[in-house]
Amino acid sequence: MTQLIFNLFNGVIIGAFYALMALGLSLILNLSGVINFAHGGFLALGAYLAYSLMPHIGFWGALVAAPLLTGLLGIAIEWLLIRRTYGRDPLYSLLLTFGLAFIFEDVSRYIWGAQSVPYQIPALLSRPLSLSYFFITGYRVFMVALVALAVAALYLLLTRTRIGIRIRAGTHDLATVATLGVNVRLLRSVNFGLGVYLAGLAGVLAAGQLGLQPTIGTSLIMPSFVAIIVGGLGSLPGTLLGGILIGVASGITSVYFASATEAVIYVMMALVLLVRPRGLLGEEGRLQ
Amino acid sequence: MTAIEEPGSAGRRAATSRTPGAAVHLLLTVLIWILLATMPLWIDRVGGYTNLATRVLVTGLAATGLNFLLGFTGVLSFGHAAYFGLGAYGVGLTIRYLVPSTLLGILVGVGVGTLAAVVIGFLIRKLRGVYFAMVTIAFGQVFYFIVYRWNAVTGGDDGLSGWRRQPLDLGFARIDILGDQTAFYYFVLVWFALATAAMWLLLRSPFGHTLIAIRENERRARFLGIPVEQHIWFSFVVSAFFASLAGTLYALLNNFADPHSLRWDKSGEFVIMAVLGGMRSFWGPLLGAAIFVVLQDYASSRTENWMSLIGILFVLVVLFFPRGVLGILGRRALT
Amino acid sequence: MQDHPLSAAVGRRTLLKGLVLGAAAQVSAPFILKARGEEPVRIGLDNPLTGTYAALGKNERIGCEYAVEEINAKGGIIGRPVELLVEDSTSGDTGTAVQKARKLIDRDKVSVLIGNVNSAMALATGQVSNELKTLHIVPGGHTDAVTGKDCHWNVFRVCNTTEMEANAASGALITNAGKKWYYITPDYAYGHTLQAGLEKAAAKLGGTKVGGDLTPLGTTDFSAYLINAQSANPDVIIFLLAGDDAVNGLKQAVQFGLDKSFHLAGAQQELEVLEGLPPEARVGTWVFEWYWKQPDVPHVNDFVAGIRKKTGKVPTARTWFGYTAAWTYALIANQEKTLDAVKLAKALGGFKLPPEVALMPGSPFYRASDHQLIPSLFVGHAQSQGDDPEDLFHVDQVVDGTTAAPPEGETGCKMNWNI
Repeated sequence: MTQLIFNLFNGVIIGAFYALMALGLSLILNLSGVINFAHGGFLALGAYLAYSLMPHIGFWGALVAAPLLTGLLGIAIEWLLIRRTYGRDPLYSLLLTFGLAFIFEDVSRYIWGAQSVPYQIPALLSRPLSLSYFFITGYRVFMVALVALAVAALYLLLTRTRIGIRIRAGTHDLATVATLGVNVRLLRSVNFGLGVYLAGLAGVLAAGQLGLQPTIGTSLIMPSFVAIIVGGLGSLPGTLLGGILIGVASGITSVYFASATEAVIYVMMALVLLVRPRGLLGEEGRLQ
Repeated sequence: MTAIEEPGSAGRRAATSRTPGAAVHLLLTVLIWILLATMPLWIDRVGGYTNLATRVLVTGLAATGLNFLLGFTGVLSFGHAAYFGLGAYGVGLTIRYLVPSTLLGILVGVGVGTLAAVVIGFLIRKLRGVYFAMVTIAFGQVFYFIVYRWNAVTGGDDGLSGWRRQPLDLGFARIDILGDQTAFYYFVLVWFALATAAMWLLLRSPFGHTLIAIRENERRARFLGIPVEQHIWFSFVVSAFFASLAGTLYALLNNFADPHSLRWDKSGEFVIMAVLGGMRSFWGPLLGAAIFVVLQDYASSRTENWMSLIGILFVLVVLFFPRGVLGILGRRALT
Repeated sequence: MQDHPLSAAVGRRTLLKGLVLGAAAQVSAPFILKARGEEPVRIGLDNPLTGTYAALGKNERIGCEYAVEEINAKGGIIGRPVELLVEDSTSGDTGTAVQKARKLIDRDKVSVLIGNVNSAMALATGQVSNELKTLHIVPGGHTDAVTGKDCHWNVFRVCNTTEMEANAASGALITNAGKKWYYITPDYAYGHTLQAGLEKAAAKLGGTKVGGDLTPLGTTDFSAYLINAQSANPDVIIFLLAGDDAVNGLKQAVQFGLDKSFHLAGAQQELEVLEGLPPEARVGTWVFEWYWKQPDVPHVNDFVAGIRKKTGKVPTARTWFGYTAAWTYALIANQEKTLDAVKLAKALGGFKLPPEVALMPGSPFYRASDHQLIPSLFVGHAQSQGDDPEDLFHVDQVVDGTTAAPPEGETGCKMNWNI
């Protein structure tokens, strides 16, 4: 029984992470056609910013501020560099963000050092809630709750606000949205910032569990790709579902066949591609 | 498309009338071969070393192989390091566990890499654009994790050591490619020559023309009754074939195979080499590889922040030189 | 999106300027430590400066640099100044490490090669240096094979083998913590040999293995293994993880409150890892290969003060590895008055480090049969804060390396002097 609860819980936690990362990637990919390779770099940056801000504004302050700052930086980079690749072969945006990922890792190392930094979470969260289920710590519950909150907020943003509705419309048909007089440039900037904000948030959360060093983002970006492919390109609910599915799958595999923890998610991807090339919810449309 | 940049069209045009493009291209090809043939003689004087020259050739071959798909079929694979790395492990495992023969090792390495590409290519032949790129990255990672995790056979993170390339026994002569760096360079050069000749011929064949037609306008090609998926699949396999050949040579160069050679950042390096040199020209990827390898070698001796320099190079190429060095030169030569 | 030539041109120029300035600042940064005079003796360091092992590699580099400064201040090597050439081997790309080794030996004509943190790279570059008949000192790659089955006449090693660390740790663990052990072991050569060593050593002292998990390298979530460990109900949970895995594993074990019900311990531990942990996770019994706080040992305080002045931080075991590697070469070359690799390699067999380089109790020496340095090892426990903010370890016991090292016949090394 413990094993079962554990596997599910653990899978959901891992999946929530993947989903948070993948939702950000997916937002950017859907509207701008850009695969953001630098997403892992933004994640690391969010975590590092939180680490630097914490002594001044505390964990809770950093939790709010660090992702926001990361998002703003994302907007700046979109405005300076990424937008120059719109409308060109996807090759170029891929290479650009790939180069940015290099720069991010190097700059993080330059500023914060190559060594892991001691990232502390509030004592309140860092203890188990129950002795027999010691793996259910306050922090893990908090993480899942926060991811759920972020997803709900994203849903509301995309369905209830003007800009959100425009983003969704733009995902379907950007040309029409542009002719209707919407400032597509601005829309893409905001959307990019939103995606990067989610990466920053994932970073702040991840560093509570993992060692914070410049390469922290790289291990999380590939599963996010798979989450998008499994869930279906262009579908945010699909991405969410994909993230949680591969999280649960790799959580369970890590118990029975640890060496295949990563392999299993790629096997899932291969299966999905064979049976349903567009992904699980690929045809269902957008977050509605 | 200009004549200089297309082996296919260059050949076509050269047959009817001598265009300046074809002449420039011929000149370039001759120049490249003179440089390659003499490289071990002068590389020391310009601050390089034989091992660096061999590395340029090997990565140049991988990038040229990738470009068969990228530049001449118009399909972006971001996972070619997988086939490169499978080639490397194929040759390493063969020499270590099966037969101490360099040539047999190459055969097995290329076989394994190509076989993987046949399967993966079949799975993804219907995908296009960003989706194709993402799926190739993800599938590339499958092989990376297999090699990385399958400790008992591949040595896992420690890499595959305990084997060396074997001297060549041709029956009538014995060539020591193990101890003699220069001999190994020419060994690689022979393979490079064979591979590039094969690719050149393929591109000039009707098959090559069809690939370019698909790149230029897939819909039109489809209306003409060309089985597009099949062609893309085949082009993918050909391209991975040469990438895995390069991978075997890379492992032989290092006497070592490591999981890093399958990782997605290696794939990205091959793509940037092709773009940097000019992906619409046959020799572009080689030039791009030369620039990239030499620059990385130089920068990483001078600053530990070389990753930023490489990153900046990526950004600059994308923003300012999307056609690559030969793309720019080609345009100049014609105007 | 359409290009707007005018606005793009302006942006482009400013951008270019910034990038070029940044690049120039990077390139002009001095990377070569040079001494006055002609015909320098060159020492080549081929070690990770980027990636996972960057922190360790950099500390080894600082040790090398500091040693070279001292060597030059004391008259260099056979009267010639010493120059340190540094190449980034990267942390994972062995092809690059091999290429850099060839570059240093073939082109730059270094007299000795130093490296690598990464065991695989230490082995791979060892093949290169052996082929090119160049003396090679491995400062910090622990896998047994370097001075075991893959030993070479030209390769020497400063840091301990995993087996030595296991032997040094086991006694203290049994007495301090208990006899029932559960292993959390990274699934690659380093972890396997370390666990095998510990099991062997524990069996001699009456310790038993109650279970164990092999965790893939790069595991981020250890909860599955920690649950298994808890249900096996051991006295000690043995963490054999290194680097990032160690940070992740310990961080999570302490969050789960396991440090309250079990003893957390392991073999090798590094100051770099403890510094990366939040204070409450700095727990457990460990082996350090060198520690900066040795008030009674001569010269250590000078070394610590010197490094602190240079970097603002205390030296770690890694700093000492680099320092010792560079000094080893200078000492032996000055003693033999030659740079001939074969002669120096012969002379290094049995060579004892003088106290100003050894910086530890006892007298470390290079064993002639396998070229392994036999130093003292520091067994103790991690502490969240000592009287100095960087004092995160308390030495309980110093173990003599001769008792920790496997007997000469059992290392698997067959030294081949047919050059």
